[in-house]
This record gives sequence, structure tokens and C-alpha cells, in this order.
Amino acid sequence: MNPPLIRFTDVNKRFGPLTVLDRFNFAVQPGEKVTLIGPSGSGKSTVLRILMTLEPFQEGTLTLGDLSYHEPNGRGPFMASDKHLRDLRKNVGMVFQSFNLFPHMSVLRNIVEAPIAVLDMRRDAAEARALELLRLVGLLDKRDQFPSQLSGGQQQRVAIARAMAMRPRVLLFDEPTSALDPQLVGEVLGVIRTLAHEHDLTMLLVTHEMRFAREISDRVCFFAAGRIVEQGTPERIFSSPEQPRTQEFLKSVLTGQG
Amino acid sequence: MTWVHDLAILTRGAGITAIIAVISTLLGAAIAFIVGVARVEGGPVVARIALFYIEFMRGTPLLVKLFWLYYALPLIGVSLDPFTTGIVGLSLNIGAYGAEVVRGGLQSVPDVQIEAARALNFSRRYTLLHITLPQTVIEMMPAFGNLAVQNLKDTALVSLISIADLTFRAQQLRNITLDSARIYTLTLLGYFVMALVLSAVMRFLEHKARRGAAFPRGMQQ
Amino acid sequence: MMYGFTYDTSSRLAYALSILPILGIGLIVTLEAAVAGFVFALVLGLAWSLLRRSRIRAVSWGAACIVEFIRDTPLLIQLFFLYYVLPDYGVILPAFLTGVLALGLQYSAYTSEVYRGGFDAVPREQWEAATALNLSRFRIYRDIVIPQTIPRIAPAMGNYAVSMLKETPVLSVVTVLDMLNLANMIGDRTFEYLVPLSLVGLIFPIMTTLCSVGIHALERILPKAGVALR
Repeated sequence: MNPPLIRFTDVNKRFGPLTVLDRFNFAVQPGEKVTLIGPSGSGKSTVLRILMTLEPFQEGTLTLGDLSYHEPNGRGPFMASDKHLRDLRKNVGMVFQSFNLFPHMSVLRNIVEAPIAVLDMRRDAAEARALELLRLVGLLDKRDQFPSQLSGGQQQRVAIARAMAMRPRVLLFDEPTSALDPQLVGEVLGVIRTLAHEHDLTMLLVTHEMRFAREISDRVCFFAAGRIVEQGTPERIFSSPEQPRTQEFLKSVLTGQG
Repeated sequence: MTWVHDLAILTRGAGITAIIAVISTLLGAAIAFIVGVARVEGGPVVARIALFYIEFMRGTPLLVKLFWLYYALPLIGVSLDPFTTGIVGLSLNIGAYGAEVVRGGLQSVPDVQIEAARALNFSRRYTLLHITLPQTVIEMMPAFGNLAVQNLKDTALVSLISIADLTFRAQQLRNITLDSARIYTLTLLGYFVMALVLSAVMRFLEHKARRGAAFPRGMQQ
Repeated sequence: MMYGFTYDTSSRLAYALSILPILGIGLIVTLEAAVAGFVFALVLGLAWSLLRRSRIRAVSWGAACIVEFIRDTPLLIQLFFLYYVLPDYGVILPAFLTGVLALGLQYSAYTSEVYRGGFDAVPREQWEAATALNLSRFRIYRDIVIPQTIPRIAPAMGNYAVSMLKETPVLSVVTVLDMLNLANMIGDRTFEYLVPLSLVGLIFPIMTTLCSVGIHALERILPKAGVALR
């Protein structure tokens, strides 16, 4: 087995008095597609937000490849320099629940802005890549539209293209379909399904779409109260969960989904 | 004959008023952006200095500041001519109010936009210049328009540090003619017209900026 | 010597301490002018905003124009106008009163906007309910609309009160003996403006900060649902 790409070791994360991650241990192999499920507030989104450097954590260590989220001489976890954080972020991309496209930029510019400004790509190369990605998400004809002119599903597909344009090693999906009308969920899941076939891309997905999770994941982790209570292949977790909390959770969501 | 003569003198004063208003508004806008950004983006020390500047400038009367610059500052060895004193006083004053507008604008940009920018690995500087400011600068313009008119009215106080602006000329004429009603009515009308023109210019700029930005507003997601 | 206090120019600190009581007397005048001016602004602004809501087009339009004119012209000129023109028509007022009128006039333009926003924010259903009860327009305003408006407009009104306080030094140019005028007079006699003007420049932010604290306290006390006027 390869060394893991991502490794959380005894990570504690608190918001004031509230413990969100409690001595959290978690490792992800390169290219692995992992789905995080669990009740809301169980800490699964926090895992993604910590990886994206949107949240600090209090104790423990986190590594991404050979980079630590602590800087060697940084004071305490996450008190890293801006440069160190930007080195970390080079590896990670994120797709948000609320899409978060830049409203003042066209679809194409939303995608090429970061490759040009951050990766120093030439504009024509960035645009060629952007158009390729827009074809992938099926929105080539929307390149000159503004986000406000798109449906939620289309905005989310652009957001996925925008994240992919940075060629991340790890792509994080934070409930990417939760803000969508039910009839728009399918198109976004379709795009994620396509990406799941990319061999080199490591994917972490937080979602309530259990059937989809079962279909694309290599591994499913069930979260409760800041810890992974149970994990395994989708087949095992969904067909024969061992922990009572997992059984209870799956029963409630699966009856809800019909 | 007297009307023509009075109008000619008042118009000369109005020219000075206009020049002072324009220069101090532009300088004030520059201060507003620097201090407003420092307030939001600066480290703990810089943000606190910006806060102190804003609160102190907004807490003291403009006339007191002008007199201080004009009468007190020379006593600690810094002598400015009246015109410079007026410009400095007005700019420092209106810049503090503008900084609050910039701060409010920047803070109105949803946090998720900044998170998205961070996820794409934009530098803080790039995020400020290309993501947050462009989204909010148009929304700041009506408030800036009001401040520009406020600043125009405030320029009347520079007559008290012997700048020959519209108010100064009005006082001169009144002392000669003693026809207070006519002189002050003309003067009030002069300021009113300038304020209307200024408002119209600001609205035109806002309109152009909205057109230039080309993105429909108020529809985020 | 002024108001019976002598200046001690032996050191800057002694000088500052010796003139503080004089400035304190000016501060009282400053506060009186601000309070009186703001009460006038509250009354006149309410009048403007009611006139602007008049069903007679000429009245509402005329009121809107007057408010716009007042708002777009400098306080200083309005002050000169009242100070020099009124006596020509036989109205002779003390300088302090003229100053209060000018402050109130200028700020009535601002307060009328605040009232307007407050009235517009009262839900249409409240008007309809009051009309359905066959209340007169006067009673609708006094018993239904204005009471509900008060907690909404209090913060904005408070901010304008603080702004007005900071404009009172302008009254010194028409001989009102406010804090700034006294500071200048002290400077004229001692040829030392730095200390008196700096003191005035420090006293104002202290006062405005205190006022802001008071306004926040007031906002907390006011019931959100409204304040009955009777």
C-alpha cells in the first residue's frame, strides 16, 4: 500500500466550547474516492474546510503528501505563513454547497481567472483548458453568460470546472447538491461521476445522496460526534452496517429518500 | 449693473469653491480606500490605527480641525498656506467618512466569496483587488455621492481661514453693499446649483459603472 | 483673564488646566445649542415629512424642493442668512437663538428623510387596519404610525444628533460664545493657540463617544413594538 496522501492524526477542532473533531484520525490514499456521511453537525464538512485551510484546528497533526499543515517553525497548529498556506492550497480544490461563483465575472472568466493569476498560465492556454472543461460539464454555450443568468445546477457545474482548472490533486465536494432543486441534482451528480473516473484525482465528498455515494465511492465513512464511527466499502456500510448509530442513520435517510 | 458686478465676484469665488471641492473629494476618496482597506484587511496594529483615525476624525468638528491646522500647527513648526490647509483639512475629514463606506462595502461581500477565492489560491491582495472590491465598489457609489455633496457644503468653512471661496466673496460683498438678502440668496443658489451638478455627475458615473460592469446586480446565486 | 479665571502660562500643562474651566463654560453653551437645535430639527423635520405626504401635489412637491434646497446648501450660509437678513425685516434675535434656528433648519432636512423612511416601513396593513377603524388621519399618525416608527428611527436620529453636536462650533462665527469661540479668544490673548484648540479637539471626540454610548443604551431601552405617545 502506498503512503497516504492525506493523514489526520489526533486532530482536535473546537468552536468555542463545542468540540467538532475529537482526536480525529483519518487517512486517504492517492486517487481514492471517499464519501463522508453522517448527521449534520457531526464534523464532516469541517474535515473538508480544514483541508482547504478555511478553518484552523487546535491540536494534532495533518499532512498532505510531504507537506504538514503546521509550518516547521510556526507557532502552534496552523499559525503558518501565508506562503505556506498557499503552497498547501496548490494541491486542493473545493466545490461549495452554495457554488460561490464570482458574480461580476463571466463563466469563462470565473474559470480562467485563477489559472492566469495564480498559476501564471498564458491566457490562451488557460482559455483552451477552460473550454475543454466547459465541454466536460456540458456548458460550452454558456461561456459568456454571467452566473446570475444560470440555473443552480449550471452554476455548480461551472464551479466544478473552475476548481478543476487549477489541476488539484485533491478535490473536495461540500454537499454540492444540497442547495439545488431536486430536478437539477442529476446533472451535477453526472459531472461528479465523470470526474470519479479520473484515476489520479483524490476525491472527498460530503453528501446526503446515498445511492450516488454507493455508486462512486471506494470507501464510505460514517461520522458521529466528531469521529468516524464506522467505515468500509460502500457495499458493506450500506448493506450490513455494524454500529447501531450507522444503522439508525441509514434507516432514517433511506426511508426519507424512498 | 450691481447684479452683474456681484455675480462676477461671486462666480470667481464659486470657481475656487469648485476647485477645492474637487481636489479634496478626490484626495478624500484615496484616503477612504487606503484607510477602509487597512481597517478590514490590516493586521491587528494597522487595523487599530485605521480605526483610531476614523473615529478621531469623525469625532472632531471640521471647523476645529481647520482652525487647529491653521492656528495651532504653525506653533509646532509646520506652516501651510491657507489653500493647502483647507485641502488637507477637508480631505482628512471626508476621507474618514469615506473609509467607513469602504469598510461597510467590503464587509458586505459574503464570506463565502472570500472562501471561494482562497480555495482557488488567490493571494489576499488579488482577492481584494479582483474579487471583493469589484463586487462592492458600485454599491458604494451612492454613499460616495452623498459624501461629495457633504464635502462641497463643508468647503464653505475654508472661508474662515481666509480662502477667497464663494462664502468669502459673499461676506465681502455683504460688507460693502449691506444688501444681505440678495447676496446670500445668490450664494445659496450658487451652492445649490453646484450640489445638483455634483449629484448628477455622481449618478452618471454610477450609471456608467453599472453599464460597464455588465453584470446584473443583486442576484447572487 | 476670562470669566474670572486667569491663564497660567508657566507650562503647557498648567496652561491647559487653567483654561479648562473657561472651556467648560463654552461646552455648556455648545451642548445647549445642540440640544435646542435638535429639538427644533425633530419638530420641523416631522412637519416637512408630513407635508411631503400631503395629498395635494403642490404641497408635497414644494416641501420636497425646500428640503432638497436646505440639504444641498451649507449650514454656514444659512446661518449668515438668518443672522444678517432677519434683522433687515425687523426680526432681531440673540445670536444663540439664530444659531439654534440655523442648526435646526439644516438638520430638519436630514430628520425629514429619517421620518420618511420610518413611515414607509410601517406595513400597509397597519394603515388599512387604522382606516378600517375609521380613525382620523391625525389619530392614525399620532396613535398608530408614529409610535411604531420611533424605535426604528431612533438610531438614525441619534447619529444626526451627534453630527449636529459636531457642527455647533460654526455658531462661533456669529459671536456665540461656544467652546471654539472661547478657545480662539484665549488664543488671541495669549498668542498660544496650540493648547486651547487641541483641548477642544480632544473634548469633542470624548463627548461624541459618550453620546454614542447613550444612544446605544436608548436603543436597548426602547420597546421594539413601538412607543405609545399618550
